[in-house]
Amino acid sequence: MRYMLIIHNDPELHPVPGDPGWDELMAGYAAFSEELASHGRPFTGDPLNDPSTATTVRVRNGETLTVDGPFAETKEWMSGYYIIECDDLDQALAAAAMVPSAKFGSVEVRPVAEM
Amino acid sequence: MDDALDVVYRTERGRVLARLIAVVKDFDLAEDAVQDAFVAATTAWAATGVPSNPAGWLVTTARRKAVDRLRRAASAERRHRAWGELAIAWDAGEGPGPIADDRLRLIFTCCHPALSLDAQVALTLRSLGGLTTDEVARAFLVPGATLAQRIVRAKRKIRHAAIPYKVPSPDEFHERLGAVLAVVYLIFNAGYLASSGPELVRVDLCDEGVRLAGLLVDLLPEEPEPLGLAALVLFQDSRRTARSDTWGRPVTLEEQDRGLWDAGQVARGRELLARAQRLGRPGPYQVKAAITAVHAAADRAERTDWATIVQLYDRLLEWEPTPIVRLNRAVAVAMAEGPDRGLALLDEPALAAALVDYHLFHSTRADLLRRSGRPDEAAVAYRDARRRTDNAAEHSFLDRRLRELRDTTEIGASGG
Repeated sequence: MRYMLIIHNDPELHPVPGDPGWDELMAGYAAFSEELASHGRPFTGDPLNDPSTATTVRVRNGETLTVDGPFAETKEWMSGYYIIECDDLDQALAAAAMVPSAKFGSVEVRPVAEM
Repeated sequence: MDDALDVVYRTERGRVLARLIAVVKDFDLAEDAVQDAFVAATTAWAATGVPSNPAGWLVTTARRKAVDRLRRAASAERRHRAWGELAIAWDAGEGPGPIADDRLRLIFTCCHPALSLDAQVALTLRSLGGLTTDEVARAFLVPGATLAQRIVRAKRKIRHAAIPYKVPSPDEFHERLGAVLAVVYLIFNAGYLASSGPELVRVDLCDEGVRLAGLLVDLLPEEPEPLGLAALVLFQDSRRTARSDTWGRPVTLEEQDRGLWDAGQVARGRELLARAQRLGRPGPYQVKAAITAVHAAADRAERTDWATIVQLYDRLLEWEPTPIVRLNRAVAVAMAEGPDRGLALLDEPALAAALVDYHLFHSTRADLLRRSGRPDEAAVAYRDARRRTDNAAEHSFLDRRLRELRDTTEIGASGG
């Protein structure tokens, strides 16, 4: 079986670079990645940029609707993901509009944070 | 000297900034460097006078300032990028380059659908308009800090989400151009719809809207819809002084003194619309401009060619099948064919349901009932309209209509 671990965080509590807890947090992620690697099974993971950099794409009646922000409807749930390499946001949005489920739900496009 | 610099700031800042963003690929760095260049200009030009090519001087100076800033940049991130960008900055060569293309790229970035509409408007005005952040904030009646925050957030998203700095590909060009035109028209209307109030400063927004529409025509001379938009805002703006009376109260199109309409603006609007029509690709802005052109052609309200306006609204419905367009079409039908024909269209259940909360639907209906000789129903409709707006000018207008209605019914009753 493969599992996706979805990391949510609370911006009020979560350390940011420069905070006292930041180095400890980064060390914790490094240790966690080493732990996963030590089992010899493939995995991938990336930090994402914050929600203010998100764009949501929906396709309705063949028309692509693009809005600023991460806003999924409350009844929508996360049902899958792709990580894709693009030159810029326009390419990523065009790809998002091609995801078949964009006709029924929404696809949030969030840049991977470059560390 | 300060005046000369002020003129250069208003007319050239957009193109200088667009060039700098193209070179350094960083909105904030470009803005800072352009600001540095204008500061440098205050002393340099005081000594030597304004150079023959002020934009070129400012681009060259701003590029040096950007390199200085990159060298001084304290953060590792900036220093890391600095090496790559120094090369770009010098490879781009001297001189202002293809400035028009830079501004076109910039306006598509500013009006990118991944930014909120508020942010699109603020960024467009800030980077391509001649207004300062404070002036933009005043025009939209928001605190300066709020607007500054909006712009900071938008620029951050442009950088982190990699919103591109380019003219969209042909398959998405027309949709994206539509978004740009919508932002410019929104800027114009924010000024136009407020100009009956005391905030005369919003006239700035009308001027900016007219200027930005003209800029789009310069940047995309073969595209008919920017020409249509430019004509539309000129026709609307030509009525500016006629639209309110000495006390700032709104004057309806029917009652305006058409001698006050700016004939120069009307003539320029006609030229632009004719140019658009020669390109042979009709669109909603061209049709809206054509409707205002019909009004502009009538020296008195009663000479308006309403039959042509009805046909134009039929065309507009092909692109914008909205309740508001249907409402306006019903008014035109009432003028062309009599109030009862208009009322029949307004009372279609789907339209009435869609516009039930819109005060202009009720006041329009009231006008048609009044003209149709049904004063009691008209009075009810005017009151329906009054309940649905908080605007003091609208209230005084509707109260006047109610008074007129009462006077005529009394005359009618005593006569009969």
